Amino acid sequence: MTWLDLLIAVACVAGVLGFISVVALVAIWTERKISAHIHDRLGPMETGGFHGWAQTIADMVKLLQKEDIIPDAADKPLFKLAPYIVLSATIASFVVLPFGAHLIGTDLNIGIYYLVAISSLEVAGILMAGWASNNKWALFGGMRSASQMISFEIPIGLSLLIPIMIVGSLSMQDLVGAQAGGFWNWGVFSHLPFAMIAFIVYFWASLAEVNRTPFDLPEGESELVAGFHVEYSGMRFAMFFLAEFANMFLVAGVAVALFLGGWHAPFSFLEISAESNVILHNLVGFFWFASKGMVLLFIQQWLRWTLPRLRVDQLMHVCWKIFLPFSFVNVLIVSLWIVLTQS
Amino acid sequence: MEKRVRELKVDYGPAENIYWVEVLKGLWITNRHFMVNMWRHILHALRIKAEKGAVTFQYPEEHRPIHHRWRGRHRLTVKQNGAMRCTACMMCETICPDECIHIVPGESPDPNVEKFPEEFYVDALRCCFCGLCAEACPLDAIRLDVIEPEICGFTRDIIFNKEFLMGLNNDRPWEEWYIENKTDSKEK
Repeated sequence: MTWLDLLIAVACVAGVLGFISVVALVAIWTERKISAHIHDRLGPMETGGFHGWAQTIADMVKLLQKEDIIPDAADKPLFKLAPYIVLSATIASFVVLPFGAHLIGTDLNIGIYYLVAISSLEVAGILMAGWASNNKWALFGGMRSASQMISFEIPIGLSLLIPIMIVGSLSMQDLVGAQAGGFWNWGVFSHLPFAMIAFIVYFWASLAEVNRTPFDLPEGESELVAGFHVEYSGMRFAMFFLAEFANMFLVAGVAVALFLGGWHAPFSFLEISAESNVILHNLVGFFWFASKGMVLLFIQQWLRWTLPRLRVDQLMHVCWKIFLPFSFVNVLIVSLWIVLTQS
Repeated sequence: MEKRVRELKVDYGPAENIYWVEVLKGLWITNRHFMVNMWRHILHALRIKAEKGAVTFQYPEEHRPIHHRWRGRHRLTVKQNGAMRCTACMMCETICPDECIHIVPGESPDPNVEKFPEEFYVDALRCCFCGLCAEACPLDAIRLDVIEPEICGFTRDIIFNKEFLMGLNNDRPWEEWYIENKTDSKEK
């Protein structure tokens, strides 16, 4: 590893961190405004002048200034370590997300596999936080989080298998590249309706993966106070929050990359070819990737402010009795289809 | 012992059992609210008149509309010549359920009027704003129609005296004010 490689790696992480922060800033503000408008409220209106756009920045400054409280009875090393694990797992999974033709941290040949593996490291962080807090609510939250994230890994993995089987590669850029040339070539519309079912299953299961309503049992404000991060304050809490919103964009980004054409535009005339201008090509690709991701982010928030929280047994019912058989049958049919058409 | 739990049998149709239909219905409702409110906010941002996008009143800047039957802070009315209407008949003090009105009757400076309140205190900390004093008053001397949402400010100094209730300068006794500004009732 040369110095240049190290520099590029640092630049990648800095870029990812910057992107995550911007996404979280925007997403928290939109979350507040969307929830407010759905409830016929106004949401933040004062900070920053125009419709409270600077509210999240103000909150972030407040969190930076806050005291870092570590409970006496907590398991201190674990307690301190947990937010770093959650955040670094999130940042590490962003490395293989294809923002543009060349805007990708590293195009691993096992990209999506790496992503699924590394993002499940987050469970360890959350469980650690729940356990180390020495608080029954936090422990409940951590346990629920572990159970639901591990359960929902299975339908997620199975539905991600479908575009992987169709394209025949695990590399993110290969998966995106196979969807070029207009929205009718996108992953969702191939092998109709099976890739569509896979997309829906993936999207719903990913809500459970990032602990969003209707599957936000680990946080469950009304029953568990705040779940696994009850005891956290200041910057450590902010890290959990940042990781949560970054994860929302991460799962949306994976859905975009595998099912919704990645950085390709819905019509090919809206793109700029790599031959004419590489930088512009990447920027336009980034625009399409980010805007598709934002649309999915909006749908996540929209669902959050529509549906009530499920019970634990209902959650497990949804996972093991509905999503799992659907995705199994889906995988079987699509693999049969591929075998029959390719031979 | 008799069974006291009543079981409700709800027949869910296929739409409820599939769950997706109901989810989509709910999404449609929230989407409608969001889109309508968003559209109104955009119109407001473009300075086009439209209905409010939210039911919220931004309180210190924007007050709720006040009903014409608003029952607020007390006020002592005055006659045309500036004299107090109140004749210290003690009706309001008698009827007040919170015993928040305290009147000290005295001889009126006006020779045509027998009595007047030398002191008239309303303890707004006790008052429940029932309006019985205004109803009991035979002379329409006390009303509860002052539109003032922040009765209790930061000072909590809210035992109102006569001058305050008449809307005069708090520091000067009413008698002084009355003698200065007295107009002869016969001239009017």
